[in-house]
Amino acid sequence: MLNSAVIVFRECLEAALIIGIIAAATRGLPGRARWIVGSVMAGVAGSVLVALGADEIANLAEGYGRELFNAGVVMIAAAMLAWHCIWMARHGRELAASARQVGQAVASGSAAFSALGTVIALAVLREGSETVLFLYGLLAGGEQSAFQVALGGLAGLAGGALAGYILYAGAVRLPMKAFFAVTNGLIALLAAQMASQGARFLSQADLLPTLAAPLWDLSAWLPDGSVIGRTLNALAGYRAMPSGIEVVFYATMLAAVVIAMELVRRLPSPSAPSPA
Amino acid sequence: MKISCIAASLLLSLAATGALAADPEVNLTLKDHRFDLTEIKVPAGQRVKITLRNLDSTPEEFHSDSLNREKVVTAGGTATFFIGPLKPGKYPFMGEFNAKTAQGVVIAE
Repeated sequence: MLNSAVIVFRECLEAALIIGIIAAATRGLPGRARWIVGSVMAGVAGSVLVALGADEIANLAEGYGRELFNAGVVMIAAAMLAWHCIWMARHGRELAASARQVGQAVASGSAAFSALGTVIALAVLREGSETVLFLYGLLAGGEQSAFQVALGGLAGLAGGALAGYILYAGAVRLPMKAFFAVTNGLIALLAAQMASQGARFLSQADLLPTLAAPLWDLSAWLPDGSVIGRTLNALAGYRAMPSGIEVVFYATMLAAVVIAMELVRRLPSPSAPSPA
Repeated sequence: MKISCIAASLLLSLAATGALAADPEVNLTLKDHRFDLTEIKVPAGQRVKITLRNLDSTPEEFHSDSLNREKVVTAGGTATFFIGPLKPGKYPFMGEFNAKTAQGVVIAE
């Protein structure tokens, strides 16, 4: 039971932290709770479908269907996160200035926010389908009763949700100016992390070279399996022994987002004179 | 899927360069939640193709932090993936769903 709790926790942690960041970043958005819950449920439903079709997906593309599927999922999520960051660079100041009446500013950017809903669904989908397979395996293995499996799974889920909530609660306590910088920074790091994950899946299927494996080794200092390692991995894509291609994708995505945000910030304001 | 297919075909052309030389292959079997090979010796500096057959009636996930690999293999299924080229060293791996018994290490030398 402990085993299943630990694995479910590990699988949900990343999705939970992503939801925590996005819930914080969309604070004040009308109807937010509804679409966050809706996105999570869409992700869960998708997870079950993907787990049911695991054999079919695995056999696509000469056995690399799962890598292509996962790479597609994380690359789409990376693109949406990057887009949101860039949109926020343009409009964040207006939002910060009128945080109590975000309605109008948000209405104009509702597409940028609904992209985040898609990111939630994709994050739940990717982590969730593996969790479903694992729990199914436990049940089919017959060593544990359905009750034990359910209890362990729920404990792991609760742990993940708690981690996501702590992140959320911490972020919303920040002063407004720091809040936008922190949530946007976290979302930019998520985009970079998703891009590097995509590169990892493609190199696993030999569609990209690894370049160097590993490029460096920090496993003696901060192993991936440690609590801090896991958390940093979920938040910022930390890996103790990354391959070269992961680092290239990570750095390229992060640089692209930061540069695009800076360029967009310098554009003249489209509407009224900006409240510099 | 459409987007990933387009991306994949773009990337295929990038990756095609290294595909000429035959890669060393390793056949790995999972039975009763254990790997038949707990020590896999591979040449350092060469990409290696791993074929993992799962003879169990439950799914498994090949997982290795040090190899940066995660691959689900369904019950009774076969999974193929690539590791490396690796620097000399030891790279532990496990079956994440049965980590107590499914353990092994890749030794690159």
